[in-house]
Parts: sequence; structure tokens; C-alpha cells
Amino acid sequence: MDILYLLIPLSVLLMLLVIGVFGWALHRGQFDDLDDEGLRILRQDDERSANFDMDQLSLRRGPEQSPPTNRLVSGGVARDDQ
Amino acid sequence: MTNEPAQRSLMYTDTAVRLFALAAVVWGVVGMLVGVIIAAQLTWPELNFGIPWLSYGRLRPLHTNAVIFAFGGCALFATSYHVVQRTGQTRLFAPGLALFTFWGWQAVIVAAAITLPLGITQAKEYAELEWPIDILIAVVWVAYAVVFFGTIGIRKVRHIYVANWFFGAFILTVALLHIVNSAAMPVSLWKSYSAYAGVQDAMVQWWYGHNAVGFFLTAGFLGMMYYYIPKQAERPVYSYRLSIVHFWALIFTYMWAGPHHLHYTALPDWAQSVGMVFSLVLLAPSWGGMINGVMTLSGAWHKLRDDPILKFLIVSLSFYGMSTFEGPMMSIKTVNALSHYTDWTIGHVHSGALGWVGLVSMGCLYHLIPRMFGRTAMHSVRAIELHFWIATIGIVLYIAAMWIAGVMQGLMWRAVNPDGTLVYSFVESVKATFPFYVVRLLGGVLYLTGMLVMAWNVVMTVRSGQARPIAIPPLAGVPA
Repeated sequence: MDILYLLIPLSVLLMLLVIGVFGWALHRGQFDDLDDEGLRILRQDDERSANFDMDQLSLRRGPEQSPPTNRLVSGGVARDDQ
Repeated sequence: MTNEPAQRSLMYTDTAVRLFALAAVVWGVVGMLVGVIIAAQLTWPELNFGIPWLSYGRLRPLHTNAVIFAFGGCALFATSYHVVQRTGQTRLFAPGLALFTFWGWQAVIVAAAITLPLGITQAKEYAELEWPIDILIAVVWVAYAVVFFGTIGIRKVRHIYVANWFFGAFILTVALLHIVNSAAMPVSLWKSYSAYAGVQDAMVQWWYGHNAVGFFLTAGFLGMMYYYIPKQAERPVYSYRLSIVHFWALIFTYMWAGPHHLHYTALPDWAQSVGMVFSLVLLAPSWGGMINGVMTLSGAWHKLRDDPILKFLIVSLSFYGMSTFEGPMMSIKTVNALSHYTDWTIGHVHSGALGWVGLVSMGCLYHLIPRMFGRTAMHSVRAIELHFWIATIGIVLYIAAMWIAGVMQGLMWRAVNPDGTLVYSFVESVKATFPFYVVRLLGGVLYLTGMLVMAWNVVMTVRSGQARPIAIPPLAGVPA
């Protein structure tokens, strides 16, 4: 099973890469505000879907929900210190 | 397209999305037609008419390549290019390169459609194409990665939506799998030998093969699921947190399930057991994701009654749940002793392929295509409903026939007389399978019929629609 000398180091490398990317995502604040991120795709509707009702959505999450803040970047560079 | 560059930068670049979406429908019809032909050949072997190019052994890889890489691949390209632009609120990075991936991928498909019937093959399952085509695949795939990750890089929304994580993992992993597994020494333009031999080759092949299932046929389509189900249901995904956990859990546990394809072979016993354990672990993230997708409709179940596109998407998830339960069960060595080499495996594959990959792709394309052609809905919603029912009945016939046939074959093959001789000869099990092959063929014909209904509906939608560029909406909240 000499092939394992290729496949195991390869998967270890891949795992390190995955851990690295996970760390990057964590430190860049990708997981800081998960409550609103699921909603965002419904707000950026380029098809002007008429029957979309924001109030109905926030009911499910409870009335105390503050209006979601969009954290945006300009120039395409994602920064976590904004 | 407008001529003003300033104006253009405010528009999404959807040409590649449109082309890939339409190509997916065309290749879906072709790939499923070839599937029906080989199902008929298994039932009545005379149907190859003695013509080598039409023999089962050559058409079968044509079918698998056409449905997985042509139909599924084009659907993945179309949706990933669409989702990455919409969730990042930006245009594609290098739209020209995106068009190159379209024409390059079509060239790969056409080359496969020519070489496979000619008998030109590396004889590695799901990686049959010879080395010149493999190189073209690698080039197209690198271009795909550049376009996709480049678009992530120029996104205007800081958070990377979960669908993009799934698409990104799919693109990176498939590149690695393809390059390692296809390593070969060419001896002529259309002949090469694998860089690995014997059981080593088998191990690499199924490391590739099962991860292709995991990343091409699962991760990529989960990316579609996480964008198009919320969009179609007009509700956010049930738990966004769970979707993040789903992604990382799947990525961390998938890589070593491959050896379950090699139970009771020359592969060392311990490697088989490792493969089995990892396959069983996979049940957890798979079902987490499935439940998350289905529960997105929680509180809005009535939409399922009226909206055939949601039926496609939600039923696809139930097939995903079914086949990700069945798969780990079949990877248990004692179960595998019965199921291995029987038609149960074919049934399992098709409950995933027709039920999960097929239905989720069709649902997403039904959502995507009208919007890409300036319409809000397909030409005929009733035809979508019809397609849904024809396809679902077809799948049920197909997989039920294969389950029964598979268990029957397994039991017949292992039946021994008191004196230790076999009760049945192999050909008796083939003969006993005949009625199930007829039912399977009927299921396949129904599924293909549904796809033809879809093709008609798409033609009518596109003919009365217009491929206008779509403006990127202004970023909400903060001035951009």
C-alpha cells in the first residue's frame, strides 16, 4: 500500500489548508453575525419580487429584532476592523 | 449590452450563466436518452445491433459522463456563476475567462461523446477520458477557479454566503482529485497507462470516485440548495448557523469514505474498515444539512402545495436524506457482503442521481432560467408540475425495481446447498432479474419524458423572453 504515502500526506495537507481557511474566516469575522446573513440574500432581489414581505420574516425571529445592519466593504477588500 | 463601460460595470455578467443553464437542459436530455438506451440493452441485449460503437460497455461511460459532467457540470457552472455574483453583489471576475470555461467545457463534452463510443478510454470509472481531454479539463477547471475565487475577491458584501463555501470547496477538491487520479503515462495520442498499478490504482481510483460523489455531486449541489431554496421559498434558511456547521463538518469528514467501494478486495482489511467508519460518520452532517433545507419551509408548508419548483427542491432533499442514509448502511461490511456487485448499488446511485442531483438541478434551473431571460416565471407552471410528477414516479419505479433486484441477486448468489455447492448458477439470477429491468426501463423512460417536457418549457420561455443585462442593485444601508 505504497499509495498511502501519497494519499495520507495529501489529506493531512488538505486538512491543514481547511483549518487555515477556517481560521481565516473566523478571524475575518465571517461568523460574527450569523443571524442576519441568511436574510441578506432575500433583500438583494434583482427580480423585484413583489410578494416578499420583510415583516413576515422578522416575526419568526421575534419582535425585538433590530433592523439588520449591512456590513459592507468598499473597493472589494474585506476588512474586519471596520 | 450597453456600450458605455461605466454603465456596464453596474451590470451583472450573466452570459455564461445563460449559456450554461441552456446547455444543462440539452445535455440532460442527451445523457438521460443514452441512459434509457443502455437500460433497454440490459433488458434486451440484441439492441446493440452488433455495432461496436453502440455496445453497452462503450455507451455506459457515455451515459455517466453525460449526466454527471455535462448535465450536472453545466448546472453547477451556471448556478455558481449566478450565486457568486448575486451574493457578492458584484460582476464576474474576468467574464471573458468565464466564456472560455463554457466553450472549453463543451469541447470536453463533445470530445467525450466522440471518443467513448470509439472505445478510447482509460477504463477508470467516472474518469474514462484519455489524457489529452484530461489536460483540457484541468485547464478549464483552473480557469473556473480563477473566475470563481476572483469574483469572491471583488465582492462588495463582506460576508461570504454559505453557498459560496460549498461551491468553493467543490471547485478546489475536484481540481485536486482530477489531477491526482488522472496522472498517466501517454504512449500515443489516444492511449496512456495509469501512473499507479494494481490495488494502488484501485485505492486512488476510489479515493477519486467517492470524493467526486462527495464534492461534485454533493457539495456543489448543496451550494445550489442553500441559495435557491431560500430564494424560491422567500424565507431565510432554517438555521444559518447549522448551515455553517454543516459545511465544515462535511469538509472535515468526507475525504476517507472511498475504501467502502473496495470491501472484500485486495485492499487491506484495516483500510476497508477505516472507509466504513468514515462513511458512517458522514450520516450526521448529511442529515443536518437535509433537515436544515427542508425546515426552511417551516411555517410556510402551504407553499409546497402551490409551487412545483419548491416540490422539486424539497423532494430532492428527501432523496438526499434517503441516499445518505442508505449509503452509510451499505458501507457496513456485513451489509456490503450482500449488496456488493448487485443492482442494489445501481438503485442507490440513482436515488442520489435522479432524486437528489437531478431534481435539485431542475428546480434551480426552473428558478434561474426565466429570471435570466427577463421573465418572472417559466412559460408553463403546469408543465413544471407535470414534470415533477412524471419524474418522481419514474424515480420510484427505478429505485424500487433495483432494490428488489439487488437483494434478490445477493441472496441468490450466496445461497448454498447443504453439500456446499451453489444453489443457483449466475445466469439464473440474470434471468430472474429480467422483469425488474423492464420496470427500471419504464422508470427511465418516464424520467426522460419529464426532461423533454422541461426542454419544451425552456424553449418556450426563452423564445418569449429577452436576455437583457441585469443591474446590480445599490448596496443597502451604507452608501457604497
